[in-house]
Amino acid sequence: MSKSLFEKVWDAHAVRQLANGQTQLLIGTHLIHEVTSPQAFGMLRDKDLTVQYPHRTFATVDHIVPTNEAVEPYSDPLAQGMIEELRKNCAENNVTFFDTNTGKQGVVHIVGPEQGITQPGTTIACGDSHTATHGAFGAIAFGIGTSQVRDVLATQTIALNKLKVRRINVTGNLLPGVYAKDVILHIIRLLGTQGGTGFAYEYAGDTFDNFTMEERMTVCNMSIEGGARVGYVNPDETTFEYLKGRPYSPTGEAWDAAVAEWKSFASDEGCAFDDVVNIDATEIQPTVTWGITPGQGVGIEENIPTIADAPTQSEKDSIAEALEYMQFEGGSPIKGKKIDVAFIGSCTNGRLSDFEEVAKYVKGHKVAEGVQAIIVPGSQVVAKIAEAKGLDKIFIEAGFEWRAAGCSMCLAMNPDKLVGDQLCASSSNRNFKGRQGSPTGRTMLMSPIMVAAAAVTGEVSDARQVFGFKS
Amino acid sequence: MPATPIKQVSGKGVFVPGDDIDTDRIIPARFMKCITFDGLGEYLFHDVRKTESGEDKKHNLNDPRFAQASILVSGNNFGCGSSREHAPQSILRAGYNAVIAGSFAEIFFGNSINLGVVCVIASDADRKLISAAIEANPEVELTIDVENHKISFGDQSVPCEIKPGARDSLLSGNYDPLAELLEGAGDVAATAGKLSYMQA
Ligand code: SF4
Repeated sequence: MSKSLFEKVWDAHAVRQLANGQTQLLIGTHLIHEVTSPQAFGMLRDKDLTVQYPHRTFATVDHIVPTNEAVEPYSDPLAQGMIEELRKNCAENNVTFFDTNTGKQGVVHIVGPEQGITQPGTTIACGDSHTATHGAFGAIAFGIGTSQVRDVLATQTIALNKLKVRRINVTGNLLPGVYAKDVILHIIRLLGTQGGTGFAYEYAGDTFDNFTMEERMTVCNMSIEGGARVGYVNPDETTFEYLKGRPYSPTGEAWDAAVAEWKSFASDEGCAFDDVVNIDATEIQPTVTWGITPGQGVGIEENIPTIADAPTQSEKDSIAEALEYMQFEGGSPIKGKKIDVAFIGSCTNGRLSDFEEVAKYVKGHKVAEGVQAIIVPGSQVVAKIAEAKGLDKIFIEAGFEWRAAGCSMCLAMNPDKLVGDQLCASSSNRNFKGRQGSPTGRTMLMSPIMVAAAAVTGEVSDARQVFGFKS
Repeated sequence: MPATPIKQVSGKGVFVPGDDIDTDRIIPARFMKCITFDGLGEYLFHDVRKTESGEDKKHNLNDPRFAQASILVSGNNFGCGSSREHAPQSILRAGYNAVIAGSFAEIFFGNSINLGVVCVIASDADRKLISAAIEANPEVELTIDVENHKISFGDQSVPCEIKPGARDSLLSGNYDPLAELLEGAGDVAATAGKLSYMQA
């Protein structure tokens, strides 16, 4: 019987059925970080349990690391305490830790793929909702809570209900100036923030076939923003090419065997899906969010919706709440909103290709007066390569701050924060109220190029016009 | 060893209006700089409750009439966003042990059930009835009957839904799966043995 990748990976990792009908699922690869793991290690100690498969857990530190402070102790004692706790837990339990002095530290969802730890046909879990990022490799990757981090540490398994699978086909060539980020913002706008509840999203179609691994990661990363806990792309030559020669990738004969095995996990031709959605890539515009959920987005040439546009009362209420918080007028153009801060980074768009693309266009431009613009590499590896290519100089020359690796302004657990009701053009993944650190701070999600365009003009702009894209 | 079964929860309610209440709102990230969950209750819905200078805003969660509440009533897609267990932990530690919503985000739902925080779904119209009843009389006792899919309050009662697996776990007291997962260690080793990438 033909099966989807999701079913094949699930079946290969299903240990047994539990009394309540859930499946005990083996988690092959466990990624941990400083925010959601200390309590789990604490629970383990309380129950006198040990880490069962320490060689399958990998740690890094990302959320709390300051990106503008190189030496410890950090000025924030809470942050210092958290990194020390992780160090201690990893050392005591023989867990590999990509610490800040290894040259490999970074945002967990950037580190896993870049080290070759993220592999096709595997199950991956991390106490972080953007774990679906790893699905770009044809892995089934789940964001989990801290009690489940405990479960994985103690048993290498979690209790889970099987998901349904929705295939999302995107076909055609993206227009110039339209990026992977726009694809996922478009999908969420179309299917809604809870459209994916109960589903794994299989992203397919020639748009995805032609995507690089980094583009696939950008899309899979934001699956959770559409309510889907898991998102993946079937592994292909692009996947294998990316993984070849990475530190944790198999080598020699084992490599050939692994590739053959990885290929066998891809969804079978003609297998059944619980739902199928088809999207025409040419309809996707550079997309910008205007509200307080990632589904509240519009194309750059569109206007922000009005309350009257909404068909139901609950949608009217959501629009009203978002407009009030964002201080925007319904029906006004998204273009031209004056920004205070521009942020390029995060596990959605903090990879080398993001920076190369931005550098190509901002060269010769200057960040607008009064705008703070920061660029934060997703990992030390990304930072090093970017610096070797001289990208940092281009950014600094253009008036951006070039920082050290971390989550930075994606969320407010380190010194990078919005102040008051600042409006931020951000390449990250969440525009929730207060997400960027100030309870009244305002976030607009968009692609890195669109952030760069906003940075140099001082307002939300069409990057295609600002940077003269040829169509 | 199962915990005490949770067949029903009773308590006073408080209405927290809005759809898409995300986990950043339930517990803002800046309060997650901690290595234990103790003390998180204090920051539940912090930015919804407090102004930037730390004064109380006008909100049901600050209203002394609802100070005794132990059941939250809210909108659709409750708990969306991050996987942080800090969210249900702060709900629990602030003295709430159940949430009635239009729908729940998946990870939040799973995290909550693991902790024994009862999450049930009720329709828009039924939640309106419940919140109107609370508003009219904050002392009204809500009872969520997990076994019979029912929420009663005063002399009214409305249906509610909960995923069958979660319901079973609550009713049997097995909502924390760790003990059962540990029992499967032999089977886990067998499954892991068949996967090349699991070998040390
Ligand atoms: S970059 Fe943002 S979304 Fe990604 S792991 Fe860090 S805080 Fe979470």
